[in-house]
This record gives sequence, structure tokens and C-alpha cells, in this order.
Amino acid sequence: MAGTGVVAVYGNGSALTEAKKSTFSVKVGLAQMLRGGVIMDVVTPEQARIAEEAGACAVMALERVPADIRAQGGVARMSDPQLIKEIKQSVTIPVMAKARIGHFVEAQILEALGIDYVDESEVLTLADEENHINKHNFRIPFVCGCRNLGEALRRIREGAAMIRTKGEAGTGNIIEAVRHVRSVMGDIRVLRNMDDDEVFTFAKKIAAPYDLVMQTKQLGRLPVVQFAAGGVATPADAALMMQLGCDGVFVGSGVFKSGDPVKRARAIVQAVTHYSDPQVLADVSCGLGEAMVGLNLTDDKVERFASRSE
Amino acid sequence: MVVGVLALQGSFNEHIAALRRLGVKGVEVRKPEQLQIYEQHESKRSLCSRLFPALRDFVKMRKPVWGTCAGLIFLADKVVGQKSGGQELIGGLDCTVHRNFFGSQLQSFEADLPVPNLASKEGGPETCRGVFIRAPAVLEAGPDVEVLAVYPVPPDSALIDQLVDSQEGEKKVIVAVKQGNLLATAFHPELTVDSRWHTFFLKMASEIEEGASNSIVTIEGSDMTLDQHQRIDLPIFQ
Repeated sequence: MAGTGVVAVYGNGSALTEAKKSTFSVKVGLAQMLRGGVIMDVVTPEQARIAEEAGACAVMALERVPADIRAQGGVARMSDPQLIKEIKQSVTIPVMAKARIGHFVEAQILEALGIDYVDESEVLTLADEENHINKHNFRIPFVCGCRNLGEALRRIREGAAMIRTKGEAGTGNIIEAVRHVRSVMGDIRVLRNMDDDEVFTFAKKIAAPYDLVMQTKQLGRLPVVQFAAGGVATPADAALMMQLGCDGVFVGSGVFKSGDPVKRARAIVQAVTHYSDPQVLADVSCGLGEAMVGLNLTDDKVERFASRSE
Repeated sequence: MVVGVLALQGSFNEHIAALRRLGVKGVEVRKPEQLQIYEQHESKRSLCSRLFPALRDFVKMRKPVWGTCAGLIFLADKVVGQKSGGQELIGGLDCTVHRNFFGSQLQSFEADLPVPNLASKEGGPETCRGVFIRAPAVLEAGPDVEVLAVYPVPPDSALIDQLVDSQEGEKKVIVAVKQGNLLATAFHPELTVDSRWHTFFLKMASEIEEGASNSIVTIEGSDMTLDQHQRIDLPIFQ
């Protein structure tokens, strides 16, 4: 494809013959519309409808929530497209689905299904230990996880239009999500006060592209929408992440593994909208039934999904 | 002048940023008390369900309201393509609006929209950049509704059946309307650097203020926020 001015897509003999482009602003635009919202993991069309009724701004369609992936083990892959199609037909809000890190064909399939976002997720088993998907080659926008600023900017340079913290999915334990968001926001705070001449070395230190580090410095925030994810189980958890500086929240196992998913889903949505109003938070936290039991991360046997990829 | 921006979800920060660039204060509104026209009730219903009646009163009192995208849907009197069971509407705009008219995210797009009315009032180029994100479209507009922008639907599109009126030549849907104190756009001006829609709305608001005896938007000064640090804006991607 040399000389056509088109970025070569996956080398010679690839299945894709035309350049796929969608302006980056349109990709980020949808994430901007999701700000202040909650995105919930659902495994059936019925759960998807519950999520929509509760006020979720989008749903993540999958076969197994992270807590079940942990419990059952084995290789976790992209879900059956039939399930994703059924979930897409049952709601009018955006639908997202997960693809394995580096598995660009799973992403191509998800794009062909016409869903709204792909989550290149460390919760699924890695398909490529070294590389992530080149997200610029797709018209569908991607959301990727991060543990620190460097990782976030590397994903953005690869073409991610939305970032979430990795947290520790499926544990119902907010500690890792807090660690990750504090790391990102902390680095941004340091960056904001840094002398411009020092940014080159800082970019090298966090292994991130200089231009994005500089853009982050000028904006005082990541250049894309940043959500919290990984371990949110209660309205208080959700509001904590919002107050720490996130634009919205993903809730995975936290809703449908709890005692009363309908009530809890609504409570978490209210908590994210009114995150700085303790009276509302108190009201919505009352009488929610059991939260998901969760896992304590002091146990060495708990696998750390977040450290699977850099 | 203070403008209240409904801050339940979505790009409200971008709207506030656009207003700030024009030197106007934007205040996040999440509760009916912040509209200061609704008496406080000890109500067990959710805050949201108290907010909608408050907003309906706001519209009935002929206060200026601008709905973008989902806002257009809320303001419409009739909506098609809703989730089963429908959704609560504020109403007031004599239009039929189709949710997600163009499709899902892969059908979202940016386009140069011809906007003759806007250009004649606000100056600037004859077109504006419309960012359509899973956008709705107005299928039908009542007689009192002023059409400000239309968008052509490609002839091979599956959407063509949705259009109720039969026209010769290229079929179009309406994407920006004005009716009295209501302005509605299916696209997102706050995601672009073009602030003409915001100045258009502010001028519309001052014109209404001159007519009415009360001031336009009485918003409670601060919402009891513990979050001290200012929400910083995302870049506007060209």
C-alpha cells in the first residue's frame, strides 16, 4: 500500500482493504455524552433493561461478569456475538463489549456488530503480551484501562478515545481503583506545576509520548474522558471515585452480584449524579440489601488482572 | 445573566466552558430547588421525579430553554424510537422527534451544516460544524416552529421510511428548531469552537427578558459542593 498515502492496515494480505477513519472528535464525543453516568455490566437482555430503567448511560455486554471469570477460571474471551446482538436490541442506550488485549480480530467482529464502544480489557485473557490493538485502524471507539498516567497516555496514543482505571475487577474492593486514580491525578498535579523544560525527562520516566504529556500539562487533565472502574460496589464507592476526579463510573459485578440489583443500580446512578451531596448519598445508601461479598486483596492467591498488561 | 445547565449527565461541563468563554456564568443544576421556582416539598419521590415537574413549570413560564441532543428529546411533545415503556418528557416543543435517528455510534458523524438563520443573526460562515453523536432528528415540526437547520438523508438509507412527509428530490430531516422561548439542536455546538449557537441563545434569552418582568434564570448561587477543584475542560478536537 505504499504511495497511496493510506496507513497500511495490518500489513500485506490483510482482510481490510480500505482506510477506516472516523474523526477522533466523533469517537471522543460519545464519551463526553457519557460523562456523569454509570456504565453497567450485563449478561442478559433482561439485565440490560434493568440497567436502562435504573438510569445507566450505557451497558457493557458480556457472558460472564469479572467476579464469575475469577471464580470459574479458564480462558476468558470475547462473548458470543449472538448475545451481544440480543442485548443491543433490547435497549436504546449505547452498548459496549470487551475484546482481548491485542486481539484486533475480536475488535473487528465487534465493530461489524455495530455496537458503540469496544473495551480492550485486561479482565479477559491477554491475546498479545507485548502489543495492544492499533485503535486508529477502527471506526469504532475504544476504552482502555490504566493504572497510572504513563499507561493512560500510551493507550491514548494508540487511539483510545476513553480511559478507565483498571482497579481490580470482580473483587468488589475499591482499593486498587483508588490507587490507580490517585496515581493518575497525582502525576497530573505534579505535571501542572512542572517547569516546561523538565517535561521531556518526565515523559521518558513515565514512558509516555511527549506531545500527549505536554497536552495533559496544558489541559490539567487527561485529553479524553476518564472513568473509574474495578471494584465499585456501593453508592459510596461510586461517589468516592467521582470526588477523586473521575468523569463517571463503570460498575461490573457490583450491581448484579448484589442482593437487590434493581435498587442498587438506581442508587449508584443517583450517587454519581449527586456525588458531592452527602444527604443524597445517605438517602440512597439506605436499605440497599447486601452488597457483593468481594475479595480481600491481601490474599496472594487472588490473581491481579491489572498487572497483566502495561 | 446566569444560565443554569442541567447537570445530571452528559457534556454539561462543555456547555459551561462555552458559556465561560463568552463571559457568562453557567451553574450546574441537579435539583429543582436550584431552579428556584419550585417550592420545596418533603417528598419521598426521587429527586429526578421532582425535577421534571419543575422543568415543565419552567418551560410553561416562558423562560428560555435550550435542549441539545437528549435535551431536544426532553423538550419534544412527541417522541418515537423510545425504549419500551417510553421515558418522561418535559414537552413544550411542537415536534415529533426520533431518538437515535441516524443509528448507533458507528453512524455518528460530523458535518458542515448550512445555517442561514444563524449566520444572518450572528455573522460568521454560512455553515457551522455539526457534531452528531447518536443524534435524534425532528421528523415533523408544527406550524409555529422555526426551522433553523436541516440535514439530508442519503437516498439508500434505511431511515428513509421514517420520514413522514413526502418530498421531491432529496429527503431531509430537521436538526435545529426554535419555538418562542425554546431552542433545540440535535447536534452538539458545545463540542466545537464555534460559539454562535450559544450567543444566539443568550440573545434569545435577553429578548425574552426584556419582555418579561422577572429576571431570566434565578439560580441558587452555590450547590452544596464539597468538590473544591474546578472541573477542567476536555480539548476540542478539530
